[in-house]
Amino acid sequence: MSVSVRIPTILRTYTGGESEVSAEGDTLAAVLDDLDASYAGIRARILDDAGALRRFVNVYVGNDDVRFLEDLATPTPDGVQISVIPAVAGG
Amino acid sequence: MSTLLDDTTTPGTAGTPAPAKKGPRDGAFGNARALACRECGHEVELGPSYACPECFGPLEVAYDFPAVTREEIAAGPRNIWRYKALLPVPTDIEQSPNTEPGFTRLLEAKNLARELGIDRLWVKDDSTNPTNSFKDRVVACALSAARELDAKVFACPSTGNLANAVAAAGARAGIPTVVFIPSNLETPKKVNSAVFTEKLVAVDGNYDDVNKLASEIAGEEEGWAFVNVNVRPFYAEGSKTLGYEIAEQLGWRLPDQIVIPVASGSQLTKVDKAFQELIKLGLVEDKPYKVYGAQAAGCSPVSVAYKAGTDAIRPVKPDTIAKSLAIGNPADGIYVLDVCRRTGGAVEDITDDEVRDAIVLLARTEGIFTETAGGTTVGVLKKLVESGQLDTSLETVVINTGHGLKTLDAISDRVGPVATIAPTYDAFAASGIV
Ligand SMILES: Cc1ncc(COP(=O)(O)O)c(C=O)c1O
Ligand SMILES: [Zn+2]
Repeated sequence: MSVSVRIPTILRTYTGGESEVSAEGDTLAAVLDDLDASYAGIRARILDDAGALRRFVNVYVGNDDVRFLEDLATPTPDGVQISVIPAVAGG
Repeated sequence: MSTLLDDTTTPGTAGTPAPAKKGPRDGAFGNARALACRECGHEVELGPSYACPECFGPLEVAYDFPAVTREEIAAGPRNIWRYKALLPVPTDIEQSPNTEPGFTRLLEAKNLARELGIDRLWVKDDSTNPTNSFKDRVVACALSAARELDAKVFACPSTGNLANAVAAAGARAGIPTVVFIPSNLETPKKVNSAVFTEKLVAVDGNYDDVNKLASEIAGEEEGWAFVNVNVRPFYAEGSKTLGYEIAEQLGWRLPDQIVIPVASGSQLTKVDKAFQELIKLGLVEDKPYKVYGAQAAGCSPVSVAYKAGTDAIRPVKPDTIAKSLAIGNPADGIYVLDVCRRTGGAVEDITDDEVRDAIVLLARTEGIFTETAGGTTVGVLKKLVESGQLDTSLETVVINTGHGLKTLDAISDRVGPVATIAPTYDAFAASGIV
């Protein structure tokens, strides 16, 4: 499964400035592994030491926050867009 | 390239020297020293950064405060700039056009206190700000940052009130604005933005969807200052002024307990930050105070986590008339839990019917017409008294953050003429009104 991943500004140091990259995998966990194979170290910025999503990062598969889906086990169908976005307060 | 998108962590391309960066002028952020991660302490230089490059934690403004006296503050203008030494704004901030919010009334609410059985109660009425909510405070600080960073566009995702404040402040400052709201917002909030800006964008989705979109745009568009995204650390500091004013208006002392509405949780945590700073600066006596958070049951992820005794906040899809509080994934929710637990307060939620009842209660006891957010806060105050969670012998402040004319629909079915009569004395007499 090939998906596209939108990269937030603070992680673009890993992607050479690219704001959108492609990756493979049929779950979010697999996609993050594949992303880390291409851009070493990026997964550890998104996941904490216990391997869970960091508290202040929101990840969307399509338009849905994965915390409403199956978290890291969320399926990532071919061609879907994944967005990694810092949580921000104030509205 | 605009300074706005210069991220401190973006590397220069190897071989080509980075272009000389036109940074903000000296003193652009007053006594602010750096942006520090609230989670891990990592610091980055003052600029349009909002997430920690190490851990995604929220960046907050850190200061080197000078000695500040009560007299200096009291000699300042009757708006938030009286506290400018404690904000990330330049010393000449008053020279720049802005809406001059703040120094709103603190009313002793004797009738409501009697009704609820509280000894002493005050309402901090922020509905009298320029666009009738506390958001004018945060926007004034964000506008200062946007100006110092040379922003071309001033923008926000909003549950309504913030959009009103951004649109009005941008108009006054002569900077183009683009404001994004969920499409199902109350009509008065839409009109109150659209009258000030050509670019009100309604998004099909809830606030969390709008927030996501704004974050994505902020990552792509150069020169945009999203008040609560890329200049959020500066914006959030504006909420501290609510805490400063309450202390100053009480005669430079802290209340024993305070009830504050919670959407993203930013405002509540900043009132606590304000109280802590006042203590540290010796402007008020150190004493215990309790902070209580208020949510509507249809969007109460923080209250649910509080009651469950956990730190894990499960996001929700909001369904409540309190649309200004309808943030289902509150980024500062965890800090609300910290503050309320640390101070011995609580987080509570009430139903939409209780919100409506509380709007009428505040109106009929104190002559203050609050919007649904204030109804939520007053209703939670009432519930805390009834459940014995709030000590009624302690001095209490409740914050009204917004005006009832913005959410008329919420109660237009609950109140109205008691009778419709012919213009004759006989009709009046027959009506049984007296
Ligand atoms: C009237 C009103 N009160 C309270 C809030 C909640 O503020 P915060 O997101 O800082 O918790 C908002 C907006 O979000 C609001 O519009
Ligand atoms: Zn950090």
